[in-house]
Amino acid sequence: MPAVTETREQIEKLGQSTYRWGFETDIEMDIAPKGLDEDTIRLISARKEEPEWLLEWRLAAFRQWQKMEEPEWAKVAYPKIDYQDLHYYAAPKKKPGPKSLDEVDPELLRTYEKLGIPLHEQAMLAGVEPEEGAEPRLPIAVDAVFDSVSVATTFRKTLQEAGVIFCPISEAVRDYPELVRKYLGSVVPAGDNFFSALNSAVFTDGSFVYVPAGVRCPMELSTYFRINARNTGQFERTLIIVEDRGSVSYLEGCTAPMRDENQLHAAVVELVAMEDASIKYSTVQNWYPGDENGRGGIYNFVTKRGACRGARARISWTQVETGSAVTWKYPSCILQGEGSVGEFYSVAVTNNFQQADTGTKMIHIGRNTRSTIIAKTISAGRSDSTYRGLVRMMPKASGARNFTQCDSLLIGDQCGAHTVPYIENRNMSARIEHEATTSRISEDQMFYCRSRGLSEEDAVGLIVNGFCKDVLKELPMEFAVEAQKLLAISLEGSVG
Amino acid sequence: MSNFLKISGLHAKIEADGGDKEILRGVDLEIPAGELHVIMGPNGCGKSTLAYTLAGREDYEVTAGSVSFKGQDLLAMEPDERAAAGVFLAFQSPVELPGVNNANFLRTAVNSVRRARGEAEMDAVQFLKTVRAATKSLSMQDEMLKRNVNVGFSGGEKKRNEVLQMTLLQPSLAILDETDSGLDVDALRIVADGVNKLRAPDFSALVITHHQRLLDYLSPDRIHVMAKGRIIRSGGPELARQIDQDGYATFLADAA
Ligand SMILES: Nc1ncnc2c1ncn2[C@@H]1O[C@H](COP(=O)(O)OP(=O)(O)O)[C@@H](O)[C@H]1O
Ligand SMILES: [Mg+2]
Repeated sequence: MPAVTETREQIEKLGQSTYRWGFETDIEMDIAPKGLDEDTIRLISARKEEPEWLLEWRLAAFRQWQKMEEPEWAKVAYPKIDYQDLHYYAAPKKKPGPKSLDEVDPELLRTYEKLGIPLHEQAMLAGVEPEEGAEPRLPIAVDAVFDSVSVATTFRKTLQEAGVIFCPISEAVRDYPELVRKYLGSVVPAGDNFFSALNSAVFTDGSFVYVPAGVRCPMELSTYFRINARNTGQFERTLIIVEDRGSVSYLEGCTAPMRDENQLHAAVVELVAMEDASIKYSTVQNWYPGDENGRGGIYNFVTKRGACRGARARISWTQVETGSAVTWKYPSCILQGEGSVGEFYSVAVTNNFQQADTGTKMIHIGRNTRSTIIAKTISAGRSDSTYRGLVRMMPKASGARNFTQCDSLLIGDQCGAHTVPYIENRNMSARIEHEATTSRISEDQMFYCRSRGLSEEDAVGLIVNGFCKDVLKELPMEFAVEAQKLLAISLEGSVG
Repeated sequence: MSNFLKISGLHAKIEADGGDKEILRGVDLEIPAGELHVIMGPNGCGKSTLAYTLAGREDYEVTAGSVSFKGQDLLAMEPDERAAAGVFLAFQSPVELPGVNNANFLRTAVNSVRRARGEAEMDAVQFLKTVRAATKSLSMQDEMLKRNVNVGFSGGEKKRNEVLQMTLLQPSLAILDETDSGLDVDALRIVADGVNKLRAPDFSALVITHHQRLLDYLSPDRIHVMAKGRIIRSGGPELARQIDQDGYATFLADAA
């Protein structure tokens, strides 16, 4: 027994040095002064050479935000954020929005290389051998966002030939203003909540995707967000529109350097799926979670929402959340089109002092709409995790169905997991099913694995991955492998 | 090599209902290399506890005694180190691992011990070949590889799965804890075959059983009778036949 305690202590000492993305990049930055008022917003808008309507939209959002209160109902506790003590714009000093990779600061490219994100199309095409029996993989086009601006979007030409638009949203504002104007804020109105209002006022960059009717996007689209600058909030905005019978799979990954102070991230993601369209949105989030004493880490307050506007449209959210000090996030689906489908597959891991309050909302408006929610929560250390899910059946949602499965896995005895389902059924013919389980990794399971030669970490990794399997299998293959590794890393040293 | 496995004066207890309960009370047992020994004894006498203690289960606390295995202090090793050193325990009640694919589990286990033994890891293709050959020799359906470890397996399937793991992990000391219980004659023969294939001058086995039936296929070298946490009698194969006919009563009376 002492031997085990000792290894455990050793691993615990390693603590958050297990966060492997904690380096800072030394780049000359163009940074707005700290603070937020109408002038800050004018400055952002001017830097981005935005049209007048967008500036007005931002200012309207800001005025709404000023009247709003920060929400306090989520089961997370954190020191009050001083919104005047943040920078709202930070960009690498070279001209933003380079046309090709050759124009990108080599220091930036090295950063993304360190993160294992290949921006060079060559490297991406070379790829890795797929595993036996795996489906041939789609190549991945990447849009990389560094602090406030998008630095490179790869594979743009191939996508253009297919008719797909994939570019930084600031470019879309310039090149496709009518599309942006039509859809921006149409799913998440600026005044939807405190953080969406803030984002609408100050968003700096993010990705824009447009898939025309009948087009299946020929590659996975991917965005990587990285917060680098100190005291910078990151407010990116993603807008994805898929017309009739189109489809797209979009991946989002995030990292940030290790810091003592907390950094704020408040994104808005809007998805629009028309008739028979499908959008698959996958996130692997490993923002810096803070150290083993709960110092530092990212505050992650995100509003993600998809609208199934057409009949039989399908929106699927898959997320693996291992990072951030505080997470507040409820990817949602508005199921308007008849027979449209919403899916939410989630793995949320919390360790040390992390807090996560996450879940989903499924709003059934149309007839025969269907939704599936599979939420897996893993808590270790002294962390606390809450699943909060809303299923609402509107009066016209005849024949609608929801199935919800929430499973919690506890590691150790100092952590907590909570399940808070909200169910509102206003249609007698709608069906809602909810199942929930809580379990612990048992001594029996650990001993069985270890007697077969597995180390403590491998044993936990295997059991945890087994627990999450129903969600991980929804991820694109290379993301699934990445996610498995992340799960193992974030739980290192947590066995007790 | 007379010092293959040597258990001396082994005492072990467990914390139960707030108090300590001593289960092993001075076990002495020696198994030379290449031999197959059998432990028989009434329910609750401590057979499984001995097996678990040898495999390194934490909740059994050793309070006195020693175990040396191939010259090493077995009790100082972690369970996974013991596995790498060649100890294998076929569980009396194999544990279910929901969501964990059996083939993936087996491959992780095989590669863990191979790595620790300084052997090359098997890639997916090599492993598939090896495991297919093994399942075939155990008359197991390949379909069992796709299922989750022991989840929804019948009693017999679980036991066979244990033998499959044993075959793949190539132990030098196999401990089988009532692996024959609840098996039909065919399954019994398969389990015995699994053990017999491993028999070699540097392989020993400790077989815990209640039945002569299994021993008919195994030709054991020695039989030990355990009672109340001790070995109370040791002898040749005839001892097992005697127990099969007369039960444990006479031995227990002798010991008392
Ligand atoms: N985890 C445990 N908690 C409490 N008592 C136990 C535990 N494991 C074993 N025992 C007790 O120790 C004794 C020996 O058990 P065991 O080794 O399983 O016997 P056997 O395998 O010979 O039937 C029994 O009385 C049993 O109830
Ligand atoms: Mg037993």
